[in-house]
Amino acid sequence: MRHTVFLRFFLPTALAMLTFIALPIVSVLVQSVYAPHERVVIEVENCTPFGCVKSTVIDQEATRKLQEERPLGRFVGGDIYVDRSHLAFGELARAWDGAATWHEFGRRLMTLPFYKALAFTLTYMLFVTPLSIMLGFFVALAVNALPRLLRGPTIFFSLLPMIVTPLVGALILFWMVDSRGIIGSAVQWLAGDDDLSLKASTSLTWIMLIVYGTWSTAPFAFVVYYAGLQTVPQDTLESAMLDGATRWHRIRYIVLPHLLPLTTFMFLIKIMDNFRVFEPIVSFNASAHAQSLSYFIYSDLAGETRLLSSAAATSVLTVAGLLVLLSPVLVRTWRQFGKA
Amino acid sequence: MFYKVNSAFFLAALLAAGTAQAQTNCGATSGRVNIVGNEFPAIRSVAAQASRCQTGNLTVRSNLTANHQRINLAGMQGNPAEYTSAIVATSSIVELINNNVLRPLDALVAAHGADIPRNQLITIDGRIMAVAFMANSQHLVYRKDLLAQIGAEPPKTYEEMIRIGRTLRERGIVRNPIGGAYQAGWNLAQEFVNMYIGHGGEFFRPGTPEVAINNAQGIAALNTMKALTELMNPDFLTHDSNATSAEWRAGNVAMMNMWGSRTGVLMAREGNQPQVADNTTVGAPMTVGGGRIPATTLWWDGWTVARNVSDDDARATFLALKHGTSPALLNAETMGQAVWMIAGYQPAPVNKGVMDTMAMGAKPYPMLPYMGLLHTALGDGIAPFLQGRKDAATTLADIEAAYRTAARERGFLR
Repeated sequence: MRHTVFLRFFLPTALAMLTFIALPIVSVLVQSVYAPHERVVIEVENCTPFGCVKSTVIDQEATRKLQEERPLGRFVGGDIYVDRSHLAFGELARAWDGAATWHEFGRRLMTLPFYKALAFTLTYMLFVTPLSIMLGFFVALAVNALPRLLRGPTIFFSLLPMIVTPLVGALILFWMVDSRGIIGSAVQWLAGDDDLSLKASTSLTWIMLIVYGTWSTAPFAFVVYYAGLQTVPQDTLESAMLDGATRWHRIRYIVLPHLLPLTTFMFLIKIMDNFRVFEPIVSFNASAHAQSLSYFIYSDLAGETRLLSSAAATSVLTVAGLLVLLSPVLVRTWRQFGKA
Repeated sequence: MFYKVNSAFFLAALLAAGTAQAQTNCGATSGRVNIVGNEFPAIRSVAAQASRCQTGNLTVRSNLTANHQRINLAGMQGNPAEYTSAIVATSSIVELINNNVLRPLDALVAAHGADIPRNQLITIDGRIMAVAFMANSQHLVYRKDLLAQIGAEPPKTYEEMIRIGRTLRERGIVRNPIGGAYQAGWNLAQEFVNMYIGHGGEFFRPGTPEVAINNAQGIAALNTMKALTELMNPDFLTHDSNATSAEWRAGNVAMMNMWGSRTGVLMAREGNQPQVADNTTVGAPMTVGGGRIPATTLWWDGWTVARNVSDDDARATFLALKHGTSPALLNAETMGQAVWMIAGYQPAPVNKGVMDTMAMGAKPYPMLPYMGLLHTALGDGIAPFLQGRKDAATTLADIEAAYRTAARERGFLR
């Protein structure tokens, strides 16, 4: 394809990406280095049906002038990025100096909200990404081995976790794992402990979220692999069979290498998705035990007083984290296509 | 020409006659009214009553949703504002005042509101910013049959509540006798606010945004909360008011601190087991740690008028909402929906808790510009203590640090 043709072909997409993806990211970046103006607080008397009390309000006259002069707010540079709610360099240094052992340092690290959220986010991503891809692969192999008649209904049922709206699906499970729900009661019965609660234990909550994440995203891997399996060259498989290759050998030496580009693609997508894990935490009401970076942004924006700069800084850090995580895969892809 | 004008006039007269039943003369004939507010029965009734003012040139719309706080500020910042009024409560008015989107109502009250009782007017720095129409609070709700089984009187203090709870558990009557909205986040923070006020604590150094909760009262408040949670369903950190009510309806709870506005449905025979409905009883709020002030907060709900709307729309909004919260609102159906601050209101038994809260001199929830930031920090920070992963002093120190970070970002602290 000539370059000009390609450019013209690509231009609408590029424009849309610029407007809806690149510009918002720039805007978020700008917002993360500005914070609201300093508020002048004055003491006043407030009267309500329950009587009058001394209280404080923001002096609107004093803040309006500042606001009009510099509508973006005050420039704070990287202050928000390094404050206690984000990278917390000051607290990190103190924890490092104060802690005698690695264990103690880790414990102090986990009291800092950003690192606590990062720990869950990374754990979730590291488990759910390979597990959901593997589960999807095995389901695809199993479905592919079924007689044609049964394939349609099986595919439909295998896709159900993805078809059900995530919030609804998670909510149903949330009720089932309640200590009075069917799964919760079963776990209590199995463990012989009437006070055991999946929702009250941090480690069980993490496991529950990871299992849910694997279950709800495996169908994506299944669909992609199932389509991929249809393209595996049949004559290669047949000649391998003539050479005496077992089913496992055929999967290991023919199917898997053939599907490698798909696997790379899925790892890319899944790492991105799982690093932004959010819905399960909301629908499982799990924020007391597990917070992710996305949940962090949400809670900054959902409070009575919104913390826009903080949310913007976390967003930028999330994007930066993704770039770091994806860089090995991106470099690899770049090299592959560079050679071709 | 003459004929045309005449027929238009005739048509208008016909329309007016046709809708006369539903219409009320509220004093405004033109303008745009658009109300945003929380969604529960009392507010639905107010919005419905306000919409009776609708005439040909006066439109009254409303958007009532549990997510009202996510949209009310953005919906009032434009010029003209999308929402001409927000129905707010003690805490949610603060952010609207912080951002200067509310219109002082002094002129409108002087011109059209002479008959609004003075004590309904919310004044901030001497200016009227809202008109309150109902009161709400958390107070004791208990099952009189379960308490009678062990011969206990309803608890007056949290210490008594814990003692009764332990007896109920030991005697095998209820396994998790105490309930409460302890969901991590807003609800959990609210329970700390109650308990801290009950212990006589002050959240900030007077007149400043300097937080001061890491003290003896703060530690005592956390320890009382922990003692309570030991008698709760182990899932307590995921239970908001709705989930707590569901546990109550299932007959699993004997005592709880619950919102007055949510108690009516628990006492109704419709939708509840008779055993639960007939024995659910409302009590006064409890005190804690030998304090005199009850460990709860008083809340008002009220309506406001947006700053960025035309004077005409502001006037129409004022008149429509004044009608929405006038004595005409009260009837057999609406009477029990809330503790109304409206002439002619007669409290039902379900409203006793809120009336007691007012009589006992409970404090209102603090209306400070930076209270929302502390509330959020509390909601995120208390769970590790209740899970046994942090001691009380560290928990409070971490909450203070989280608050200071947020307050610095918002420009309250340097």
